[in-house]
Amino acid sequence: MSSYEYRRYPCRRAPELDGKAARRAVVIVGAGMAGPTLALELAARGVPSVVLDEDDTVSIGSRSICQAKHSLEVWDRFGVSQRMVDKGITWEQGEVYLHDQAIYRFNLQPEPGHKFPAFVNLQQYYVEEYLYERCLADPAIDMRFRNKVVGVAPQDDHVAVEVETPDGRYTLEADWLVACDGVRSPVRHMLGLPFEGEVFHDQFLIADIRLLDDLPKERRFWFYPPFHPTNSVLLHRQADNVLRVDFQLGRDADAEEEKKTENVDRRLRLMFGPEARWEHEWTSVYTFTCRMMQRFVQGRVIFAGDAAHVVSPFGARGGNGAIADVDNLGWKLALVVAGKAPMALLDSYCSERRAAARENILNSTRSTDFITPKFPASRAFRDAALTLAPDFPFARALINSGRLSVPTQQPGSPLDTPDGDDDWVGGPRPGRAMLDAPVGNGWLIDGLGRDFNLLTFGADRVEPPDGVTGIAVGGNGLAWQRYDARPGTTYLIRPDRYITARWRSHDPAAVTAALARATGRSHT
Amino acid sequence: MTALRRTLNLARPDDVYNAIVDAHKGLTDEQCRDFDARLILLLVNHIGDEAVIREALKEAAAK
Repeated sequence: MSSYEYRRYPCRRAPELDGKAARRAVVIVGAGMAGPTLALELAARGVPSVVLDEDDTVSIGSRSICQAKHSLEVWDRFGVSQRMVDKGITWEQGEVYLHDQAIYRFNLQPEPGHKFPAFVNLQQYYVEEYLYERCLADPAIDMRFRNKVVGVAPQDDHVAVEVETPDGRYTLEADWLVACDGVRSPVRHMLGLPFEGEVFHDQFLIADIRLLDDLPKERRFWFYPPFHPTNSVLLHRQADNVLRVDFQLGRDADAEEEKKTENVDRRLRLMFGPEARWEHEWTSVYTFTCRMMQRFVQGRVIFAGDAAHVVSPFGARGGNGAIADVDNLGWKLALVVAGKAPMALLDSYCSERRAAARENILNSTRSTDFITPKFPASRAFRDAALTLAPDFPFARALINSGRLSVPTQQPGSPLDTPDGDDDWVGGPRPGRAMLDAPVGNGWLIDGLGRDFNLLTFGADRVEPPDGVTGIAVGGNGLAWQRYDARPGTTYLIRPDRYITARWRSHDPAAVTAALARATGRSHT
Repeated sequence: MTALRRTLNLARPDDVYNAIVDAHKGLTDEQCRDFDARLILLLVNHIGDEAVIREALKEAAAK
């Protein structure tokens, strides 16, 4: 049914089956988007890892499709983002319809001057394929397909992982086990850890189809369209001329009936008209939940992505949230493995990413409630906003068909040094993601080193501490505006490209103290 | 911070009050709810002060 050719990745015999056991620094469970991204991040920092996946191919069906700017910035470090941009559909515009009338257009990237667009639509299987390619070429990454985790036994100083393969069972000892094994996380189940939250009952039909017509590039969202008058419909273009059509079905729909090709075709015929021709790529009926674990770090077992928290799909916060998780975790885990930071540094992964998960769940729940109102008054306010939108610009801002993923804020993280100078009127505060900007003939993000970066504005060259990359921005370009900079303004940027401290003038002692704090070596 | 006004702020209170009631005349309960939702959103945006709006929400719920 799919036009994508699923290749099978080779399953090699594990050396442990022949008695060649060795303690592994990091074992990652799950080769979705998060697991391989973490493996690449760790490898780039000199930490080898084993990636276990029960399957031997990439994600079946498109699943996540909107790859956000901040995820592309992460993958750019491994040299795969340009390929994703080239293969995918770049979009920044969206359009919202009420009945048959366009009531609202939005642009997700209100300002130019960033290396990457707000979003690229690319099916998850392509993202995984490109990441696998990099992982398989990296000697520090041991990709083990058809290696299924069937037991997890946490010990004081390691985790014993029981693995089942076509060639037999073996035990793998890991200093750290990272579970990136999805919403149904077998590792979480084996450890009996709760996963609580809210269950939503509305059903949605996804039809990924190939339509051989001129396709719109924008995201389109309809409330009560003539072709589906009782509910909403989302249309999104993907690579290879694939369209994602997402029909809201309501609570009482019969999922098995709705999935039948003739019934899907009937809906699509109403939508695209009598002349349109299409082929089916993937069909599924889904409901969703918003859940979060109490702690993402449980001794030496760490949870990331959907395994740790799950949101509704509105807002593209699942896959992108998972990439932000491993971006936050990678450098911290590498420092801990290398003995350069205390284990307690990992507590900040939990607190920062739980705050992010809360923000993502809040946003996606609000979108869900707007799209599927739960009680009559909620529907009345929703419809009021839609009805007022054509004539009253303020009401357009209330229309919530998904507040799309942007980097979350991490205010008050113990790793960050609060502002000491009180004359900031703009620029990213500590706990906010850094901002890209054009610099010289390239981009600010292209000049960044892998670890901490010290960004200084003005002519005076400063000597950054050991292991910190210094970036001096001269001139008076856009970067100065975005960072509310004056000569002497200095930002300390974490490896995951969050601001951790900033000053109006460069003071080497203050930088050293902020660096110690940001790596969990002091809390003053 | 502006507090929710508790004293009269209308020059012709009877006229305004009756204009609101009259606007609902002949509407079904469902139409009233839709009308009120539009009216609230229009007024809330005009007021624009989140603290005032939250105080009004609290006071309305307390009755």
